Amino acid sequence: MKLNLKIWRQKNRDSKGKIATYTVKNISKDSSFLEMLDILNNDLLEKGEEPVAFDHDCREGICGMCSLYINGKAHGPDSRVTTCQLHMRKFNDGETIYIEPWRAKALPIIKDLVVDRTAFDRIQQAGGYISVNTSGNTQDANLTPIPKNDADKSFDAATCIGCAACVATCKNSSAMLFVSAKVSQYAMLPQGRVEAKERVINMVKQMDKEGFGNCSNTGACEIECPKGISLENIAKLNREYLSATLSTK
Amino acid sequence: MKKITFAINYRKAKAKYNQDELVEICVRYYFLDKNTSKYKVKNMSTGVKCMLKDWDKDWHKNPERLPILKTDIDYIEKNKKLFELRKRILVDNFQKIDTEDKLFKSSKKLNAKIPNGEINLKWTNHKNNINLVNPANKRNIDIIVVGTGLAGGSASASLAELGYNVKSFCYQDSPRRAHSIAAQGGINAAKNYQNDGDSVHRLFYDTVKGGDYRSREANVYRLAEVSGNIIDQCVAQGVPFAREYGGLLDNRSFGGVLVSRTFYAKGQTGQQLLLGAYSAMNRQIAKGKIQMYNRHEMLELVLVEGKARGIIARNLETGEIKKYSAHAVVIASGGYGNVFYLSTNAMGSNVTASWKIHKKGAYFANPCFTQIHPTCIPRSGDHQSKLTLMSESLRNDGRIWVPKKIEDVKKIRNGDLKPIDIKEEERDYYLERRYPAFGNLVPRDVASRAAKERIDAGFGVNKTGEAVYLDYSSAIKRYGKEKALLIGIKKPSEKEIISLGEEIVEAKYGNLFQMYEKIVDENPYKTPMMIYPAVHYTMGGVWVDYNLMTSIPGCYCIGEANFSDHGANRLGASALMQGLADGYFVLPYTIGDYLADEIRTGPISTDTKEFDEAKKSVEEKIKKLANIKGSKPADYFHIKLGKIMWEYVGMSRNEKGLKTAIKEIKKLRSLFWKELFIPEDIYSMNKELEKAGRVLDFLELGELFALDALNRNESCGGHYREESVEKDGPQKGEAKRDDENYSYVSAWEYMDDPSKSVLHKEHLKFDNIELKQRSYK
Ligand SMILES: Cc1cc2nc3c(=O)[nH]c(=O)nc-3n(C[C@H](O)[C@H](O)[C@H](O)COP(=O)(O)OP(=O)(O)OC[C@H]3O[C@@H](n4cnc5c(N)ncnc54)[C@H](O)[C@@H]3O)c2cc1C
Ligand code: SF4
Ligand code: FES
Repeated sequence: MKLNLKIWRQKNRDSKGKIATYTVKNISKDSSFLEMLDILNNDLLEKGEEPVAFDHDCREGICGMCSLYINGKAHGPDSRVTTCQLHMRKFNDGETIYIEPWRAKALPIIKDLVVDRTAFDRIQQAGGYISVNTSGNTQDANLTPIPKNDADKSFDAATCIGCAACVATCKNSSAMLFVSAKVSQYAMLPQGRVEAKERVINMVKQMDKEGFGNCSNTGACEIECPKGISLENIAKLNREYLSATLSTK
Repeated sequence: MKKITFAINYRKAKAKYNQDELVEICVRYYFLDKNTSKYKVKNMSTGVKCMLKDWDKDWHKNPERLPILKTDIDYIEKNKKLFELRKRILVDNFQKIDTEDKLFKSSKKLNAKIPNGEINLKWTNHKNNINLVNPANKRNIDIIVVGTGLAGGSASASLAELGYNVKSFCYQDSPRRAHSIAAQGGINAAKNYQNDGDSVHRLFYDTVKGGDYRSREANVYRLAEVSGNIIDQCVAQGVPFAREYGGLLDNRSFGGVLVSRTFYAKGQTGQQLLLGAYSAMNRQIAKGKIQMYNRHEMLELVLVEGKARGIIARNLETGEIKKYSAHAVVIASGGYGNVFYLSTNAMGSNVTASWKIHKKGAYFANPCFTQIHPTCIPRSGDHQSKLTLMSESLRNDGRIWVPKKIEDVKKIRNGDLKPIDIKEEERDYYLERRYPAFGNLVPRDVASRAAKERIDAGFGVNKTGEAVYLDYSSAIKRYGKEKALLIGIKKPSEKEIISLGEEIVEAKYGNLFQMYEKIVDENPYKTPMMIYPAVHYTMGGVWVDYNLMTSIPGCYCIGEANFSDHGANRLGASALMQGLADGYFVLPYTIGDYLADEIRTGPISTDTKEFDEAKKSVEEKIKKLANIKGSKPADYFHIKLGKIMWEYVGMSRNEKGLKTAIKEIKKLRSLFWKELFIPEDIYSMNKELEKAGRVLDFLELGELFALDALNRNESCGGHYREESVEKDGPQKGEAKRDDENYSYVSAWEYMDDPSKSVLHKEHLKFDNIELKQRSYK
């Protein structure tokens, strides 16, 4: 395949970026999207030019590091996959592909396609945990049975990979899907109930402080989320938040 | 010209000796003649004699470095004497200590510090006897942890909870993205919840046996002992493990053992465990007890008076090189499977942190012990950048085969024949044929080698010739029939059976089938999957003692980066267990033993000669890389290295190939120094510079790796030497372990070049387990 690429290039946080155009040839339809970018980069390097910086690590859809806005869609045209799982067979020979970074005030661009997602870390530091020390003397794991259904739902929420596609997709740049997934995971388990109130209040507070927008229930995030994190989590967060604020007032 | 070696004192013409004649060995060295200011050769007689055939004139090139070969019955004594004399001359004439008298140094230098007493009491006694640091003093002590995977993440959180000040480093943009996140299958623990006879002892036994008797008993026992605590801890943290309808934790069986002891969270166990450790870290980050350095790469260890006192790290966003100090340094940087370029590891997984400490004095143990996983998705072409694992659980129901007839293979490759059109009797289910007792469930190393055997014989079924079939059609029919019976369909049609069967297979393996389809673009319900072995895990790693301390005081190593628990082969679901055991339950105790002596040290300044020099050396190295200004990107060398490793140091190894590998890697390394190109802006995000540094370390490690494989002339676990196979009997053709000569850990000490590394042996003692040859026939 031969492809025309329009890629966002930006030197660093402070500089202005622009779209640059490249062509790549002889791309196998079996190669992955990131492998296509590897080929572009090696071409650039052999010409002594600066390669395109992008984030990636596991290349199997689990670490959440890859993050591209491809032809106007987070993680590209395929559904339920991350950019690293996207294959070139989803594109046509001769096609022009636009590749841009996530864009949101709370996710500043570091270089080219690489963005700063540490806001997500800070939200979790505000309460995304259960306060238990690793003494080795906690109670036996089977002492408190947990209904399978609750455990499964908690698990589903916990599969969020923290990629921030939901933020990039949202017209308000809201991080509600991400935050709600974390809140629900713990809210569904008895261990997590103890600190549930403080958790939801603190995490939402931090989210606002980071500059993420408000949720207007558009639901675009759920559609673009590579892990299928459900909007039900947002409803759950809202309930948790409401009851927490009411009872602490 | 300061050379000192051994030579033979010939008393007559060389040719006149016959092989059984005794010759005397002398030490030959050069010394400076003060009168003439020239070097002169001197031969000093040693009195040590051997038969000519037992003399190795190329002893210095041989990894064992024995002037008198093992064929001489007194070789230990004689070599000992030779090296002692040599040492004396070295000290007297050159004021240098001998680095090559490893025969005896091994016992002196490698102290594993295994506690005394019965195996089941060692850990308890040890905990009771080691020094502790009181809570008030912990506040004055800093610890650096490099890595935030299961090992590093759990260690950082636990150490901070205890009160130490922790500085954690990872190269990703968040600690949650360490490669532990990718682990699929599960984590073992001897809980015996299924009441199927599991126990600490059984887990210990399975792990030592599975490792083909090349791990340290005491460490493995401790691992099994704390395994149960891990599950308690993770559940308390809110890790959503799979549960049964009654609300209790579910287990599956894994990796061909006889009990169900694997805890799991669907196909995302690693993710859930890592998020647990990450949440524990977050709590400490919020309290200010952990300082987190994301997007930072450790590039050097700083030693002060022989102790580990800090690191030099590069900020991957700004390119800034900075000094960080601590009272102890913990390396938890994961495995080095990417030395093969293609592996199931993450793109950034590397050996750099381990290699840097190795070069500063930490011994590297069993580098050649690598696990090659049999069920990965095959390469589709030269563009391929990594390989994807398909969970081992697929072998529970899938059957592995290739066509019997080579004509069929050719037709398949040309696209003239489909696998489903090949009749049952024309298929070679080679695992079932060769290993009737275990069939498709033989351990990973055996399954991988059997696939290679067929592929080398020309039976590979995809266009690159590197794939075998994993077929679910029998399972689909079997499940379909069972289900039809269950729901009362009397005479189900073929179509009904298949559709019912597919439903069941989907419920069990749906996510894996989907993943396969996304990557390969074929429907695995309708046509057999193609699989191929791929590099997956490295059992070898930095040598550590029972306290997990490396051979550098104050420098520890945990998780996949160390060598300690899996011997020559790792059982499925045991790496996650080891990472968390090390980080949550072992290191936080054992590190106290060392730090108890540091409570009066006070803060460690980075404004010292040692820190400045280390920083300068890192900066110079980076500049040197940027200044090569060749024309090839780092990937070019990485791909080439991977090819050499896979061909000569992969699933099957022999002396000739290993020697070739060593030569080729050396050549490639010198080419690297001539031809590398990276963008010159080193004070900004420069991903090519990051890669180049990692590739360079792999280029050095690769050589040691091959040297280790060359030294170990036995087949054990994942290490298969073609020279060491069973010659006859029922096990004919199978791998042959050699306990008499190789029941040791190879711990390599770095000397300014990988192939000059010195071997130290830690002899392994098995007091609680009887050594047996593994058999799966
Ligand atoms: C696909 C796959 C599936 C697996 N499935 C299973 C399974 O089901 N069960 C099981 O038990 N095991 C499994 N394993 C093995 C297991 O996942 C790993 O062995 C284990 O997670 C390693 O953990 P770790 O903490 O030692 O290292 P990692 O998780 O690899 O973490 C390494 C850390 O070190 C950091 N780092 C590395 N170098 C540097 C540097 N120079 N400077 C700063 N930071 C650095 C990285 O940023 C990272 O944080 C699997 C492995 C793979 C690849
Ligand atoms: S909710 Fe979905 S899109 Fe958002 S961070 Fe998590 S996985 Fe990514
Ligand atoms: S690179 Fe890990 S999810 Fe894409």
